[in-house]
Amino acid sequence: MIDNQIILILVLLLPLMAAVLNLFFWGKTTLQRYTGNIFVILHLIVSILLLHQTVSNKMVVLNVGNWLHAYGIVLGVDMFSGAMILLSSFLAVLAWFYSSSWMGNKSVSSIFNVVFFTLLMGLTGSFMAADLFNLYVWFEVMLVSSFVLLTLGAKKFQLEGAIKYVAINVFASTIFLAGVGLIYGLTGTINMAVAGMVIESLGNHTLVNVAGAFFLIAFGIKAAIFPLFFWLPASYHTAPIGFSSLLMAMMTKVGVYTLIRFFTLIIPVSNTPFQLIFMILAGFTMVVGVLGAAAQTDFRRILSFHIVSQIGYMLMGLAIGTPLAIAGALFFILHNVLVKTNLFFIAGLIGKNTGTYSLQYLGGIFAKLPVLALLFAISAFSLTGVPPLTGFWGKFILAKAGFLSGDWIIVTVSLIVSLFTLFSMTKIWNYAFWKPLPEGKILPANNFAELFAKNKAMLLVIFVLTVVILWVSFMPNRFLEFAEEAARFVVNREEYMGFILNKN
Amino acid sequence: MDVLLSILTGLLYAAGLYLMLHKGMVKMIIGIMMLGYASNLFLFIIAKLVRGISALIPPSVQEMAGEYADPVPQALVLTAIVIGFGIQAFAIVLLRQVYRRTGTADMDQLNRTDKLD
Repeated sequence: MIDNQIILILVLLLPLMAAVLNLFFWGKTTLQRYTGNIFVILHLIVSILLLHQTVSNKMVVLNVGNWLHAYGIVLGVDMFSGAMILLSSFLAVLAWFYSSSWMGNKSVSSIFNVVFFTLLMGLTGSFMAADLFNLYVWFEVMLVSSFVLLTLGAKKFQLEGAIKYVAINVFASTIFLAGVGLIYGLTGTINMAVAGMVIESLGNHTLVNVAGAFFLIAFGIKAAIFPLFFWLPASYHTAPIGFSSLLMAMMTKVGVYTLIRFFTLIIPVSNTPFQLIFMILAGFTMVVGVLGAAAQTDFRRILSFHIVSQIGYMLMGLAIGTPLAIAGALFFILHNVLVKTNLFFIAGLIGKNTGTYSLQYLGGIFAKLPVLALLFAISAFSLTGVPPLTGFWGKFILAKAGFLSGDWIIVTVSLIVSLFTLFSMTKIWNYAFWKPLPEGKILPANNFAELFAKNKAMLLVIFVLTVVILWVSFMPNRFLEFAEEAARFVVNREEYMGFILNKN
Repeated sequence: MDVLLSILTGLLYAAGLYLMLHKGMVKMIIGIMMLGYASNLFLFIIAKLVRGISALIPPSVQEMAGEYADPVPQALVLTAIVIGFGIQAFAIVLLRQVYRRTGTADMDQLNRTDKLD
């Protein structure tokens, strides 16, 4: 038992140690990179161990300071959060090595090498927190780090994007805090499991729904759901991809994770007004995101809008609310994080070597660099849901769950949105890869060998990620079974509550 | 006192929201601060206010009898204030940088990241 808890706390402490060490190595960027290399890999190993423990023991709980259960800080990792931690850790490894080729001047890299790890710590912490206030604190750790990462380099555009991002997120935090206050006033506890139990005994209390609405807004802003998503396309594309790749991949998923956690554990979504609200929001998020993407002509902006659209699918899983649907949502998170990150990485590679992300100025990549085009095509097809790639399995499970519970409207919407996704992926394909190169513009490289020689680390990362996507695509069984088991644990909240309360 | 503080919280929320919707960046930051204060105050008064009673529980007592101040919201508020302070500091520095780089403090001018090429 004690080993489990040491693993759990190590997952949290390793990024902190790396951040502190890198603070000491300020200015010595090579040393910082080496420390970072060691710590991201250690973090990955420990995360794998932690997930392994959660699979065999169902849940790992650490009662910090040995307070009585409902009063102190409790860290709890079940299969869902364990998987999310492993996912962020895996992406952190990739993002870390990917970013090595973006290092500019010394002070920017020094900041990046520290803040990257505080962001990782914030991410890990938010997946672990079992009480609401602790979750708030981890959110803030994550947010401040993301503010810094977004503004690194301080270009005009970045600052403009950042001020919107900061304003909306600080607003979300205040709403979150007010929600914590409401839950505390209602239940006398901030522990999520205990609060869930007390709220159940309160019955149909108006204030419960008010508290739920507060959290819906606060987490909804983080997850970028309709109509709270506008900050995402305004800010995500402004920062250099090398600096913000981890951010782009995981930040919105934290919002989705907390939404799922909150609306299964504290206020279970089925048979509440929230179910219909989520259903409507999910539909609009999908449609508006994909329509927004159709209008854009910038590589990264199209991808940013697609993040919004894909969040809709995850929300749809939560809205349907059956274990199968939640499993679909979990699988979809995995699929989306891998595929989207890979697309961003490819966009970053092209952008770095050509100096532009605008589809008008790109072209001819397919003729000269077919391998790069293939890598893009795999991810793009996967995003649209062409079988047998990952997106197909995710959408298949969600659609199946939707039909089983009779929510055919949302399923129809989601399938139509897939077509539009295909449309905008074809747009990128046509403009950036197929169209002949516009006059006076440059290719990323003249042949693949040259591209590889210039961008070893980036290409290797893209290769690894593509292999993982193909692995998940062709052997989805293990992942789906895992998702189903994790979802069953998430939906049967009594078991979760038992794990939090029985130990102290 | 409860009623008075509740009204104050409501006013702070209203003022904060109004200022946040303003197009001037300085007003927006002040709005953010006010919203933060409103939330802190809200968290503080949500556990009934009691006067002149400490939140400390003597170690000899197993169960509390009578009135006592709830220490949890106080601890939460303290943490929230510190976090809020840090974020406000960052926001102010960011605002200064934005003003220096773009030469405007008008949010309506900062719409280039939303425009189509």
